[in-house]
Amino acid sequence: MASILSVRDVNKVFDGGHEALKSVSLEIEEGEILALLGPNGAGKTTLISIICGMVNPTGGTVRVGGYDIIDEFREARRLIGLVPQEINLEPFERVLNTVRFSRGLFGKPRDDAKLETILRQLSLWDKKDARIKELSGGMKRRVLIAKALSHEPRILFLDEPTAGVDVELRKDMWQIVRQLKADGVTIILTTHYIEEAEAIADRVGVISSGEILLIKEKAALMTQMGRKELEIDLDQRLDAVPDALSQHALELGKDGRSLIYSYDTAAERTGITTLLGDVAKAGLVTRDVSTRQSSLEDIFVGLVEDAK
Amino acid sequence: MNLEAVRAIYIFEMARFFRTLMQSFISPVISTSLYFVVFGTAIGSRIDSVEGISYGAFIVPGLIMLSVMTQATANASFGIYFPKFMGTIYELLSAPVSFFEIVIGYVGAAATKALFIGTVIFVTAHFFVDLPVVHPLAMVAFLVLTCISFALLGFIIGIWAQNFEQLQLIPLLVITPLVFLGGSFYSVSMLPPVWQTITMFNPVVYLISGFRWAFFGTADVPIGLSLFAISVFTAGCLAVIWWIFKTGYRIKS
Repeated sequence: MASILSVRDVNKVFDGGHEALKSVSLEIEEGEILALLGPNGAGKTTLISIICGMVNPTGGTVRVGGYDIIDEFREARRLIGLVPQEINLEPFERVLNTVRFSRGLFGKPRDDAKLETILRQLSLWDKKDARIKELSGGMKRRVLIAKALSHEPRILFLDEPTAGVDVELRKDMWQIVRQLKADGVTIILTTHYIEEAEAIADRVGVISSGEILLIKEKAALMTQMGRKELEIDLDQRLDAVPDALSQHALELGKDGRSLIYSYDTAAERTGITTLLGDVAKAGLVTRDVSTRQSSLEDIFVGLVEDAK
Repeated sequence: MNLEAVRAIYIFEMARFFRTLMQSFISPVISTSLYFVVFGTAIGSRIDSVEGISYGAFIVPGLIMLSVMTQATANASFGIYFPKFMGTIYELLSAPVSFFEIVIGYVGAAATKALFIGTVIFVTAHFFVDLPVVHPLAMVAFLVLTCISFALLGFIIGIWAQNFEQLQLIPLLVITPLVFLGGSFYSVSMLPPVWQTITMFNPVVYLISGFRWAFFGTADVPIGLSLFAISVFTAGCLAVIWWIFKTGYRIKS
């Protein structure tokens, strides 16, 4: 698939000398959902702000749909919709007017039928004449999405779309994102909720201290980097891992009644067969065996910790 | 040129004007009418005429200028400051619009509002005094140029201001005194010689004088000088705006 967004060696040093981004490179394919994961202050918002034109990069290039964001900013920005992290809306405006304003701002002629479709899709049509201040927090977020979609962008940035949002609304938001993907919109969302990336992303990027630590297919990431744990429940209680099993990377489980073996699922040999044989040879009686796949959260925490 | 964007900003700003009609339109009209009652009728009846013009009529150009300058500045500064304050400026910065188009939208709307108010005061004045207009074209030109240049100034203030106090600071401490001391209610020739010289450093004198010339054909300073002054002022504002655009001053890091 064609790359719709290409970020090359972008860095950003703010006036105070803080280096928010360090030579970030990123390629986004059309139609995918990319989740950028990172702790607070990792540079997620700075990266989005540069791509969308709110912050000037110190160095590097960004191309959207093949257009340079500085030299061809009009063409590039027409392809982009941005849903900011904060609920930035004028409280006295009416829903339809503010969405209409956004469409005009992006150079599209007035098309109320199109806006009706968008507002209906976001369950906002009933509120089209309501003032922003009369809406709930969730509704306001939807208005921000409606504004971002008003000019029919091909790529949508959602900056922390579910920060401070209750569980139900978060799932609602995920549903909207999936629907947008089905409509062919490329979506880049930043989040620090691992479960969000796990639930909706096709690819996951991890950013920390201004650097992209990795960017991979979510499934591949889980398989490739996912550690699995094998827990062997024993018939007896142990005080320590027996010497006969010292060549295996084992830990003693809770109460000394189990042995925990961590292994890499992608490795050529997991060592499970040998381990189970050695356990029997050591005279230990196995009652049960269970495995547990590490979550994206474990991977994420591991990566960020390693980077430090 | 993204004309749709200019139109969107213009319509959005004008909608705000009509939404706050009481504040943005009726209030200047009432205050101007009060000026007429106090200065024109109460005090004016004790002043025969200024340079052959009845005092009531003499103050009309100054009154229009007073409202137009303060309203153009206030509307434009608030227009661009409010998105900054509310955070909605992100949309302007991420839209396919040039800074030039943003300026046209906001300044155009603010200038229109000021022009509208100026026109209403002009019409209202006819209820109080006989008002000749010797050079109608020059009057319109001066009025439009003043609306635009002060809206440009307001835009700069709106970009510069970091809080509501700063937003009020320049209009209150600089523009209002300059307008009051710029010959709105008197002719410069009525001042003692020293003050006549000092007053010539007030740029507003040239604008009010030029505008008054369009009404009555007489002026404190030559009309050419007035035109030059307003051109320099407009050019100065444009230069500052160009610099803001180049540097992203207080809007883009």
